Amino acid sequence: MVLPLLVVLDNALKSPADYAAHGPLSLPHGIHLENLRSFWTRVDFGRMLVNSTLISGSVALAGVLLSVLNAYAIGIGRLRGRTWILAFFVLANVLPQESLVYPLYYLSKQLGLYDTRLSLIIVFSVIQSAFGTYLLSSVLGAFPREIVEAARIDGATSWQVLWRIVVPVSRSTLGVLMVLFFIWTWNEFLLPLVMLPSNDHQTVSVALGVLQGQRLMDATMTNAAGLLGTLPAVVFFLVFQRTLTRGIAVGSVK
Amino acid sequence: MTARRHRPVNTYPLYLVPGAIALLAVIVCPFALNVWYSLTRWQGVGSPHWAGLANYRQLVRDTQFWQSFQHSLAMVVAMAVVPTVIGLVVAAALFDFVAKHFGSKPAAVLRACFYLPQVLPITVAGIVWSWILAPEDGSLNSLLKAVGLGGLRQDWLGDPNIALYSVMAVMVWVQLGFPVVIFMSGLQRVDPALHEAAELDGASWWQRFWHVTLPQLRPEIHVVLLWCTIAALKVFGAVYVLTKGGPADATEVPSYFSFSTFFEKTQVGYGSAIATVMTLLILALTVVGLGFQTRAEDAR
Repeated sequence: MVLPLLVVLDNALKSPADYAAHGPLSLPHGIHLENLRSFWTRVDFGRMLVNSTLISGSVALAGVLLSVLNAYAIGIGRLRGRTWILAFFVLANVLPQESLVYPLYYLSKQLGLYDTRLSLIIVFSVIQSAFGTYLLSSVLGAFPREIVEAARIDGATSWQVLWRIVVPVSRSTLGVLMVLFFIWTWNEFLLPLVMLPSNDHQTVSVALGVLQGQRLMDATMTNAAGLLGTLPAVVFFLVFQRTLTRGIAVGSVK
Repeated sequence: MTARRHRPVNTYPLYLVPGAIALLAVIVCPFALNVWYSLTRWQGVGSPHWAGLANYRQLVRDTQFWQSFQHSLAMVVAMAVVPTVIGLVVAAALFDFVAKHFGSKPAAVLRACFYLPQVLPITVAGIVWSWILAPEDGSLNSLLKAVGLGGLRQDWLGDPNIALYSVMAVMVWVQLGFPVVIFMSGLQRVDPALHEAAELDGASWWQRFWHVTLPQLRPEIHVVLLWCTIAALKVFGAVYVLTKGGPADATEVPSYFSFSTFFEKTQVGYGSAIATVMTLLILALTVVGLGFQTRAEDAR
């Protein structure tokens, strides 16, 4: 499974001459970092990293906030008709983005939000919160009622209960959600491709996809792109491994 | 009066307000607009012309559209069926064999390796694979040549007869980690006593896999098949990066078809009709799939 990525690592470190002489299967004759450097400057990779981090980070925060508010009403507030409300969130969650993309594109142009990172932050916060609401509602539905009721009898408002009791107690689930939202948003392709046409605002995922689509790169440059695109994912993975696998399991089986 | 003073007003519905407004603005209204567009002829500029069901009538006759749905079925095989089958075997092997003989650390590391492609942006997977599968001296072709199978070299993504299979193979690689993670966490739930009892009765590994592991993992298998099938019907990024639907529409899928109809052919009405049909199909599948799941859970 990691073999293709190792082959990429191998070839990203070769000089073009080395590649031309020995092909893709040999080990590099000497480490050559020029490909990485020239790819980095060519697509302004630093900026792409900033864009992706800014968008994904904001979506992780705003998406979790929206999910918490929704789930608090549904899971703790036990709203009437909550099964239907939840079913609605599930459907919103599986809706293909193709059925939203043109209206979102058109509306964002009308509102002057086209080609802004803010437009994507808003859109993905809402899309991710459909999943977050669904997951958190079932977690909060099992929240010990006695704690909430005791606090209410002591005169706490529902707002205080939310921030002083429910959120601190559910910290770990909220952390899982944030990690999932961050990575999912980082990897999104269709909407950022349509909504962020300019180089200045593009994300890592889109920048690499567009370059590949144009097939303007030689072999070693392609491998440099593959390696630089892989590195952030590997870093997230090493940092969040446990949260991530637990989150995936809980998230989908609930 | 006193009762009212002691029981605070139910403020909980208020917490749904921001979420409801956001959902309305970003999902409900755009979706409704999409359905409206699908009933019009529109280039994206000027005002749309009412066309009734003309787009849908055109869709029914459009062979490219039907072909794209056939390719969706191929994607379901590549992204749901095959990963589920391989994932079951891999998860059981990691759990029963690797974890038992080498400890849980190596099992976790291997699981992480299987999962890595899932956290990779699909565009990166696309870059990596289109280079590996390149014609002439791509890595796969070089490898074939190096082991003396040079005759098997192909233009993996450029030959209309094999491009779809190449994309399918890449998707198996991308997707496999998801079932492996889910099944491994499911296996932790299975009572070890069941396996021990079967082992005492002299059951072989395969027999235990078939008669103990599989039935116990039914809920997880169900979930994986449902989510992976939905993901397969939506697949876009991989096709965009690997083949752009080509060569000669050999890898065209509905989502890429709608994308190119929107933004390359600027036939917004027709693109919306494709997207609407896709959505209806996915929603129907979800409702039926979740219905099955609830019934199966109630029956237990």
